[in-house]
Amino acid sequence: MQNWWSLKWHAIRANKHSYFLMAPYMILFAVFTVLPVLVSIVLSFTYFNMLEFPKFIGWQNYTRLFLEDDVFLIALKNTLLFAVITGPISYIACFVFAWIINELSPKLRAVMTLVFYAPSISGNVYFIWLMIFSGDRYGIMNGLLLKFGFILEPIQWLKTEGYIMPIIILVQLWLSLGTGFLAFIAGLQTVDGTLYEAGAVDGIKNRWQELWYITLPSMRPQLMFGAVIQITTAFAVADVSIALAGFPSVNYAAETIVTHLIDFGTTRFEMGFASAIATVLFLIMVASNLIVQKLLRKVGE
Amino acid sequence: MPKKRVNRSAWGTFSLFALLTVFGAFMVLPLVYAINNAFKPLDEIFIFPPTLFVRNPTMNNFVDLFNLLGNSWVPFSRYIFNTVFITGTGIVGHVIFASAAAYPLAKHHFPGKKILFTIVVLSLMFTPAVTAMPNYMIMSWLGLIDTYWAVIIPAFAYSLGLYLMKQFMEQIPDVLLEAAKIDGASEYRIFWSIVMPNVKPAWLTLIILLFQILWGSDGNGFIYSEQLKSLHFAAGQVVAGGIARSGAAAAVALILMSVPITLFVFSQSRIIETMATSGMKD
Repeated sequence: MQNWWSLKWHAIRANKHSYFLMAPYMILFAVFTVLPVLVSIVLSFTYFNMLEFPKFIGWQNYTRLFLEDDVFLIALKNTLLFAVITGPISYIACFVFAWIINELSPKLRAVMTLVFYAPSISGNVYFIWLMIFSGDRYGIMNGLLLKFGFILEPIQWLKTEGYIMPIIILVQLWLSLGTGFLAFIAGLQTVDGTLYEAGAVDGIKNRWQELWYITLPSMRPQLMFGAVIQITTAFAVADVSIALAGFPSVNYAAETIVTHLIDFGTTRFEMGFASAIATVLFLIMVASNLIVQKLLRKVGE
Repeated sequence: MPKKRVNRSAWGTFSLFALLTVFGAFMVLPLVYAINNAFKPLDEIFIFPPTLFVRNPTMNNFVDLFNLLGNSWVPFSRYIFNTVFITGTGIVGHVIFASAAAYPLAKHHFPGKKILFTIVVLSLMFTPAVTAMPNYMIMSWLGLIDTYWAVIIPAFAYSLGLYLMKQFMEQIPDVLLEAAKIDGASEYRIFWSIVMPNVKPAWLTLIILLFQILWGSDGNGFIYSEQLKSLHFAAGQVVAGGIARSGAAAAVALILMSVPITLFVFSQSRIIETMATSGMKD
């Protein structure tokens, strides 16, 4: 044991330059990312209102969250609905469009990449959709439907419970072809071309088989990366919900785990309770990431 | 890139391109609408039925916008300065810090390397909202609340940038680094004069990613003083103004979105080159 430690210590001293180079980043990373997560987990077992010292209360925040907080259950349901719909759809869309675009000529490919990527980088301009779904007759959706006679009077899209979720899902999908999409385009360009020729010789009959047996397995690293990005965004819906449906939304129709977190954290200052919400969200994200990565290992088998 | 491939049915090609066109239109139409709106005279914005394309383009909305913001309590130029300062400083710091940390992770072997990298990858998996509140407390202990630094300093240590940079650096041939070592260069010298110039394409990706995050941030929760707030915040105020300011709001939308899109157009091929190495190892 003594020997192991002295060996380690020796290795650490020999690499002091490595640690020195990493220090500025790692210190900031620890302070602003790792420490907050740990603080959040600890606080989730306390009652804390920012004024008094946190008081340890065990699992109370969690039992209150799942048994007494009706709005949290709405938020949980909405978030899972978002994640189950926008997660897989946007992930598959990212891949399918990257795959089709990859077969275009370089010029056209650049244009189409921009078309699909532009919404996600255009700097939070989802308030365009406020104009489209505006509740009066000048909103473009109401205007079109009125003009063609589908409806007789304007619909309050973002103030009617039944329409809020579908609209937010639509906007979220519009925004979702981001970093994952770029990673897929890049990944497709690195697939070894000779594999396709070999595949043709081995009796691959059409592009769908080519996709399943050659393209997808060659891109496994990018598929993993894309999955992490899409899952994280799918569970973190909040900005779009707040921008379009307001905060809080009509009868909490657009409440998500993150808006619920913001509610308790910044409006009611119940930090312990908010931390419990954050911890639950963190666990959901990590768990779904692990499940999806397990599934992705089976691709092309 | 493989050239003409076999095994293609015409029907398959047609349906795939139909799909691409339909969804491409869905992606781009709201943006086209936003661009056109910015040049519509006020009576055209409130025309019924609403139109997608502008008929009598005008610059009035932009003039209105500058007048509106010119008369506000904080001059418009201050918002621009704030945004440019936050974005610029954040990007420079992030590129340097993330690269310095990525180099040992990609090329050196030392105790703790695996665990450090695993934590960084794990942190890709959660949203900033999870840590927003403890972050606020830490910021206030450090006395950073209501300063630019509350937005800038955490940006130095975003995990996505380090992750992409590390993957990219793994492609640098080891012989290059060893040659420099034999010539007597120190690790810092190697990092600065050999590694950094070699990862320029990856800088660009980091710059674009950080630009998107910082350009769109309004420092909400951390910055209270009006004179420290960003362009994005000012834009939000205009949009919140409702019908009376619809023209100016459309102009704001165009200004906000045109900058990152332009930046991407000019750097697209380099970014994709970097992303090609972004794969997550099994």
